[in-house]
Amino acid sequence: MGSKTPLYDKHVEAGARIVDFGGWDMPLHYGSQKEEHHAVRGKAGVFDISHMTIVDLKGGRVRDFLRYLLANDVAKLQDSGKALYTSMLNEDGGVIDDLIIYFMDESWFRLVVNAATRDRDLAWIRQHADAYDVTVSERAELAMIAVQGPKARELAAPSVDVEWRQPAHELRPFFGIEAAGMFIARTGYTGEDGWEIVMPAAQAPAVWNRLLTAGVAPCGLAARDTLRLEAAMNLYGSDMDETISPLEAGLGWTIAWDPDDRDFIGRDPLEEMRGNSARRFVGLLLEDKGVLRNHQRVVVEGFGDGEITSGGFSPTIGRSIALARVPAGDYDRAQVDVRGKLLGVRIVETPFVRNGQVRIEV
Amino acid sequence: MSELPGDLLYTSDHEWLRREDDGNVTIGVTDHAQAALGDLVYVELPEVGQDVEIGGDMAVVESVKAASDVYSPIDGTVVAVNEDLADDPERANADPYGDGWIVTVQPSGDIDESALLTPNAYQELLDEEEV
Repeated sequence: MGSKTPLYDKHVEAGARIVDFGGWDMPLHYGSQKEEHHAVRGKAGVFDISHMTIVDLKGGRVRDFLRYLLANDVAKLQDSGKALYTSMLNEDGGVIDDLIIYFMDESWFRLVVNAATRDRDLAWIRQHADAYDVTVSERAELAMIAVQGPKARELAAPSVDVEWRQPAHELRPFFGIEAAGMFIARTGYTGEDGWEIVMPAAQAPAVWNRLLTAGVAPCGLAARDTLRLEAAMNLYGSDMDETISPLEAGLGWTIAWDPDDRDFIGRDPLEEMRGNSARRFVGLLLEDKGVLRNHQRVVVEGFGDGEITSGGFSPTIGRSIALARVPAGDYDRAQVDVRGKLLGVRIVETPFVRNGQVRIEV
Repeated sequence: MSELPGDLLYTSDHEWLRREDDGNVTIGVTDHAQAALGDLVYVELPEVGQDVEIGGDMAVVESVKAASDVYSPIDGTVVAVNEDLADDPERANADPYGDGWIVTVQPSGDIDESALLTPNAYQELLDEEEV
């Protein structure tokens, strides 16, 4: 029996199949993960993401602290509510977690980190925050809901305090605002438009009800995974871990090399690896029938073996897709050992799907 | 959870069998199996004419979550496969005991029913698994 979010009873009421996820009892699906997936791409779906860890960092030197702690540069965050996706590295340049950071004001930044890495992340952040006199407060009393899909913002708008509806509507991607006790951000993990909304736990059930009544489909972890895979968004623990550098996990774009005098944890080893990684991170499309799965061996003739980091099925495309770490080199085809048979895959430029559209040649 | 059809026999691998009037045996996976797998995306069917043996590989049902082997519960020869599953594997989710049938096998001899489970015995197995 794990921890329960404020929406646990709602999931059970809606017929969810409950599974353990990082110590939390979470909904895997509510009957059909495929239907939930299509609901998000076509209209709107809602996810309970209250299991994620919200951390508020406060102090006079919080900006300096974060410029040291994170691989991306919070100097890019000058407008209140602006958000940034980044990795947090250890001294060897390995990824401790990937996260989103929001600039609230000069003495307050908010982080959202993964549920499964909560303890390790908090210990790491606290350890380094001391030198900057930054206070680290986990906001465990807050719930979080993601509403995603082309109609998500429209259907979620009535849940926003009437005075804040217009500002919420005007939010640009990767911006957030505080709206009468809610924090609404135009971010997500599905490749569709939408909001992620933070609110006091007690408010969550009513918001959930209102969304469902408005026709937003409840969606579980299974759909969350097929959606993020189509959008080629990394999953910590599958696509990278502490032993993997962001350069080998497709996260090079989250590293801010400039200004070159910004010291951040992991910078030195990363500089050594820059431009000469032995491996690259790619998207794969299975050309045959079947399903690619995590850890399957990728065989590249003349270059060596690689490994699938996230394998699965794309309901939007109707074929199997995967993310994989493979030998560096100029090639666009490979094979994968699927249950003893070598099946052909094509290396494709990700994302596979974005904003409801298939982006690759099928 | 739907009722277990009373006119079928079952295996501990969550398959069901139905004896047809012509002596052939139709086989599929149970409601428990399809629920555990989730939405099916592919079904690998055997060739018509292929021989199968008790406990041997016969078909594969694959969902986003996992691939699951379907073993033959009897010795015999495949006489029919449900081609509709190729385009619409989710029939096995929606109607596991009907439209979602997978294979029909002509038994090569008498069927050893002691190796199979009655509906009650299968239900007991399910009840035990849930604990």
